[in-house]
Amino acid sequence: MSEPRLTESLIQSLGEQLTPVRRLPSPWLRTLGWLLAVAAIAAWLLAHYGITHMLQRWSGQPDIALAGIGAVITAVCAAWAAFSLGVPGRPARWAWLPLPGLLLWIGASGVGCLRVWVAPATHIASLHEANDCLVFIISFSVPLSVLLIWLLRRACPLRPVLTAVMIGLASAAASASLLEICHAFDAAATDLMMHALAVAIVVAANAAMGGRLLQPALK
Amino acid sequence: MQHSLTIAGALGLDSVLPAWARIDPAVTDDTPTASESPERQRAAWMAAAQEGNKGAYERVLASSVPLIRTAARRQGVALDQVDDVVQETLLTVHRVRHTYDPSRSYDAWLSAIASRRAIDALRSHGRRGRHELHDERAVDLHPDVDDATAATEREQDARRLREAIATLPPGQREAIEQLGLKEHSLAEAAEHTGRQPGALKVNLHRALKALRTRFHGDP
Repeated sequence: MSEPRLTESLIQSLGEQLTPVRRLPSPWLRTLGWLLAVAAIAAWLLAHYGITHMLQRWSGQPDIALAGIGAVITAVCAAWAAFSLGVPGRPARWAWLPLPGLLLWIGASGVGCLRVWVAPATHIASLHEANDCLVFIISFSVPLSVLLIWLLRRACPLRPVLTAVMIGLASAAASASLLEICHAFDAAATDLMMHALAVAIVVAANAAMGGRLLQPALK
Repeated sequence: MQHSLTIAGALGLDSVLPAWARIDPAVTDDTPTASESPERQRAAWMAAAQEGNKGAYERVLASSVPLIRTAARRQGVALDQVDDVVQETLLTVHRVRHTYDPSRSYDAWLSAIASRRAIDALRSHGRRGRHELHDERAVDLHPDVDDATAATEREQDARRLREAIATLPPGQREAIEQLGLKEHSLAEAAEHTGRQPGALKVNLHRALKALRTRFHGDP
């Protein structure tokens, strides 16, 4: 059979197999679905720990509040970018969207490193306490990443690794935002390092595993 | 123009789209009117196909072939491999047709899938090229030392065929094993492998072509 006839035969065969399909909801709608899950966890943490402690910390050190806002913006933008990259034809440059939020998050967190010199009496996180942050971020990132991958199961990410990086970033940023609710001490170099390490672990794990999980449509 | 209103258009994809819009689709019926560009017509056909309209689906696939060929050539796919990319892209389009959003550019959606399939084909060709032995070297390594009897010749032919089949890509090997060696019907093979009959037919054709080229040298 010649190639053009084979292509015609294939088109005919695909036409015979055609069934109606349910369209993929828009990236915004799926982002909203994922954020609802994050909001449910936040509501549970707030009910458990209360909001007073968090507000006191924020009014005392506004840079911590800025870092929290940066993490939330990063989570929303990275989740939207992940869903957007799951639709063929959407430009890959949307992967830059979380950058401004990320810079705000890193920049405002970095101000906490100066606190050792500016206010020596401030409670600085010990290595043990900072370890708790690492465990918290990774523990919350796992279910949030799984949920994102599940929400992307019908998508077709043509750049699976980049999409997985966005998933990791969204999950880690959302977990860091949730951590703000129950953070018992002020940001400092040790704590910031642990946060950065946790985010790096989550992003790298997603890039390594998520890239493979996200490709069923292309096999 | 529709695509200039989309985010993709706003981000500069417009520079690519008009070039495709100039290519006449390979269809004779339902020719777009002057007020409706070929791209918008394809978008409308795909939207109808998502609802289960078989006629619209076959038309959009047929009119997609020149666009896929253009995308494949742009990625540097050799002319003799372009039809493979066309067929792989059509199969992928069938699997992920639910990801197309009718409010966005169909051509950008299709081109992204075609480009990805073209890159996959280039990679796969590169991998096979590294693993295959050239004929002269294969003859040096495996000289016909015992071709005195017809039985031995037949045995050697069978071995060469088995070896050749083993070097085929997994999809083609599976198709030739199921349809050629085990003599299963298309329906039985589809049930065994979980693949679509159209995909099996394409893979069988490619496998036969590859084996013909290998043994007779004529593509």
